[in-house]
Amino acid sequence: MGAELVVETAGLGRTFGKLVAVRDVSLSVRRGEIFGILGPNGAGKSTTIRMLCGLLTPTSGRGTVAGFDIASEPEKVKTRIGYMTQRFSLYEDLTVRENLLFYAGLYGLSGARRRERVAEVLARNGLEERRDQLAGTLSGGWKQRVALACAMLHEPPLVFLDEPTAGVDPVSRRAFWEEIHRIATEGTTVIVTTHYMDEAERCHRLAFVFRGALLDTGSPAEILARRALRVAEVDCAARPVLDALRADRRVEEVAPFGARLRVTTRREHDPAALVREAMAAAGVAGDGPVEVRANLEDAFVSMVRDDARRG
Amino acid sequence: MTRLLAIAWKELLQLRRDRLTLAMMVMLPLVQIVLFGWAIDTDVRHIPTTVLDQDRTAASRELAASLMATGSCDPVGEVRDPAELSAALRSGRAKVGLVIPARYAERLALGRPAAVQLVVDGSDPQSVASATSAAGGLVAQRAMAMVLARTGAREAPLSLESTTWYNPDLRTAVNVVPGLVGVILTMTMVMLTAMAVARERERGTLEQLVVSPIRKWELVVGKILPFVVIGYVQMTLVLIAGYVVFDVPVVGSLPLLYALAFGFIAANLALGLFFSTLAKTQQQAMQMSFFFLLPNILLSGFMFPREGMPRPAQWLSEALPLTHFLKIIRGIALRGAGFDDLHGSLARLAVILAVLVTLTSLRFSKNLA
Repeated sequence: MGAELVVETAGLGRTFGKLVAVRDVSLSVRRGEIFGILGPNGAGKSTTIRMLCGLLTPTSGRGTVAGFDIASEPEKVKTRIGYMTQRFSLYEDLTVRENLLFYAGLYGLSGARRRERVAEVLARNGLEERRDQLAGTLSGGWKQRVALACAMLHEPPLVFLDEPTAGVDPVSRRAFWEEIHRIATEGTTVIVTTHYMDEAERCHRLAFVFRGALLDTGSPAEILARRALRVAEVDCAARPVLDALRADRRVEEVAPFGARLRVTTRREHDPAALVREAMAAAGVAGDGPVEVRANLEDAFVSMVRDDARRG
Repeated sequence: MTRLLAIAWKELLQLRRDRLTLAMMVMLPLVQIVLFGWAIDTDVRHIPTTVLDQDRTAASRELAASLMATGSCDPVGEVRDPAELSAALRSGRAKVGLVIPARYAERLALGRPAAVQLVVDGSDPQSVASATSAAGGLVAQRAMAMVLARTGAREAPLSLESTTWYNPDLRTAVNVVPGLVGVILTMTMVMLTAMAVARERERGTLEQLVVSPIRKWELVVGKILPFVVIGYVQMTLVLIAGYVVFDVPVVGSLPLLYALAFGFIAANLALGLFFSTLAKTQQQAMQMSFFFLLPNILLSGFMFPREGMPRPAQWLSEALPLTHFLKIIRGIALRGAGFDDLHGSLARLAVILAVLVTLTSLRFSKNLA
């Protein structure tokens, strides 16, 4: 499949004085893909996005977005992308329609074209009933929907969503992800930052960013396969068992979840066996451990630990 | 252009929704003009005055009565001895005391020099100044009449005839109304601009604007354009109210005044933008604007003449756009001054404007991304 690249960077980096915010990020995002950028706060997600949007000039490396160089043609990049901030930057004292008209004008749409496009977007997103409602009086889910509509008004081939679901209820979150998938199937590329792991699973491909560096990139399945983790869960939270597992060098990670323990190892070890061993040693009886599927959170935690071990 | 208009239109819509601010912008000039035009009168009259008459003759009573008749002094009763006089001044019941010594009438009748004393409360220098000058004038006039009567001359050998131009009745309102145009513009232009940008920053919408393809100059011009209109509306309101209520006309050219006011409005808008690059919240922007307003009112020559200020204060006031705009608007509105009469102030205003615009554009582009 000859995948057309919408974003391509090589060795992208940015320093602020002595602080290295982002180093050596090489990414490629294909057309129509939902590409997730994951990482804790302060990991360099925002700096990376700001470079891709043409807001910050990289101090090293290069990158193209929608066919334009981010360092030499940032203004052209800006016309080709949509951007939705964490705070759904709507004007709360303007109505839904006024917000849309404003953003349409901001992206250079004028006259009949602008009105048509706004009417289209209102209809498409089920916003017609709310068109004259002040944006400030909308619920979080609706605000998010309007903000996304604003970012898509000028039909950009690529849209950036910066933590779009922060502070939105689970039902709206689910609806929003359906909308993201719809956009992607229509050919618009979506780059989304998040720190929700369940959202990460919904992306086509991911980039893990930690302490300014790209830890891994690929589809969720690829990332999981590369980490090669095995996970077992057991209904037992006895302290001696927990301590014994933590002391075991073959165990990657032990995390208590309520009354259960989640134990992660590399492929060469059997986590269930290790748990049984620890339980027997501590003289704790109970149901046997069950091996479960490793998820992206396990992978992420393991990557961060590796990174910390390397220093 | 589409982008610029989108910003300007959005700004107007927001302004329309913000009823309170809108009302303030119209009411502020009107309330201020009433306050400053009526309440402030630097020509102080009716100063409470007491008399210590130690002579108790017809002549002494007549002198006291003439002082009260000048209108500067109002009688608040007599005192009987120096102790009562000092009590009256200390308590604030009287601000001025006229002391007529014993044997005042007798000495005058004998043609011998007599002296009366005026005791004034110097803790409030501005208000007692007119009493001092009224009493001084009254006594000098009487002394001259006595000398003339004695020498048989018909008129004084030297006299002064003063003619007051532009404001013959010396009404304070005439000075205040044009000044108010400057003060109100300084207040609203700086604050509105600073807050409008700070609000976008506070609510996170500035970020959204910055990622859009809008150019910096389009953003700035689009944002301040509505405020230029508001500035002119306010200026017009004050001038109309000044004419209707206080009978203060614009003697000179209105088109010239409106044209030159643009430089002043632009300087204040640039300053407002500069403040907005420093402020993180609307509240900070507001505080900065207020902090800036105070020296403007005190030092620009709006309330107190700059001539009387110490040198450093005068230098400082040279840096305020208002100082120069006051000279321009008072020149045009009151004295009918033309472009040629004002080039000094205009040049200074232009320099300030250039400095502000440069500073602001440097700060603004650094601060935006």
